[in-house]
Amino acid sequence: MKAVIAIIRRDLLLAMRRKSEVLTALFFFIIVTSLFPLGIGPEPALLKKIAPGILWVAALLATMLGLSRLFAPDHADGTLEQMALSPTPLGLLIAGKITAHWLTTGLPLVLLAPVLGIQFDLDTEALGILVLALLLGTPLLSLIGAIGAALTLGVRGGGVLLSLLVLPLYVPTLIFGAGAVEMVVSGLSAAGHLSLLAALLAVAVFFAPWATTAALRIALE
Amino acid sequence: MLTATALSCVRGERLLFAGLDLALKPGEWLHVQGENGAGKTSLLRILAGLSPPAAGEVRWQGEPIRTLAEEYRRHLLFLGHHGAVKEELTPLENLSFAAELDGAALSEAEALAALSRFGLRGREDLAVRFLSAGQKRRVLLARLAVRKATLWILDEPFTALDVKAVELLSNLIVEHVRGGGICILTSHQSIPLPNGKVLKI
Repeated sequence: MKAVIAIIRRDLLLAMRRKSEVLTALFFFIIVTSLFPLGIGPEPALLKKIAPGILWVAALLATMLGLSRLFAPDHADGTLEQMALSPTPLGLLIAGKITAHWLTTGLPLVLLAPVLGIQFDLDTEALGILVLALLLGTPLLSLIGAIGAALTLGVRGGGVLLSLLVLPLYVPTLIFGAGAVEMVVSGLSAAGHLSLLAALLAVAVFFAPWATTAALRIALE
Repeated sequence: MLTATALSCVRGERLLFAGLDLALKPGEWLHVQGENGAGKTSLLRILAGLSPPAAGEVRWQGEPIRTLAEEYRRHLLFLGHHGAVKEELTPLENLSFAAELDGAALSEAEALAALSRFGLRGREDLAVRFLSAGQKRRVLLARLAVRKATLWILDEPFTALDVKAVELLSNLIVEHVRGGGICILTSHQSIPLPNGKVLKI
């Protein structure tokens, strides 16, 4: 367990040292979600309708931005080898890396979303559900993305392949995440969509680190 | 005690070596020699358990390393071509992170002592990307001084080192082997250390 905490701490430290990577994703999210209200014009009813979809698509693409760099630097400098040779099971260490990825890319999006949601005239209740849905959904994006990042590790042109591989797998998260906010906007309960997101998250927490580890072991051989 | 029986290795379509046997007792070290591309690194990776052999088996204290898994890795220190040294972190951070990954406790005083042994005193708080290639290797090798592993597997440990560092590293290996450790290394130089075996592939 100590080694897992060490991995998380080190990745956060590295993210602090190379700030540009984290900030790129964050600014991408801010700019994309701000361009839509400017481009579409001040029509509150329309903005309110498209808000959940736009916020979610932007969050999804922002997560994708840094995904190919999740394992690539560690693979290039031999850290991944050392992780595989650690007495701590590799699966746990990988779970630590995914946690750090969520803390640096997912969590800032969750915290920023309510501020950006105001541009779309979302009320307090919808903003609350948006935060809740993102809180359940962004770890899911990191977990699924890690499988793709591991599978395309060391592949030439891996970036494009990664998008083709991961984006279809993001579809359920997008549908249920955006759906939850849409429900509240149209005055219904979001409980169903949120439960489904939570169920997806529970399955992914269990299987994704395992699948990622299996893919990384192939890349290491 | 490390034994390997009838190891063979296939890379791509090519058979690199076959029917390779070796046995190393505590207090012995092995110098793996061979031309570029002969399969030295592949052999070390197989012995470390990073890649499976095409045929044959590696055993540690009589048990296959596949089944020992984590128990074997507790006794193992493998240093490959790439340093596993993070450019953005300082030597001190790199060293303590490596120790935490190994599940070993390392106090700051111990880490500093190891770094100063490798002539990195005064540079422990400088990001590694500001160090020279040789100094980067020294950061990596400082791990040898702090990690209490029985089996060392070192891939080209002498590259990019100056005369003084080569001597330091040789002393460290001699110390390790005298203390009942086992060391396997590859190098194109001849190494004047006692009690060595040579394996040509």
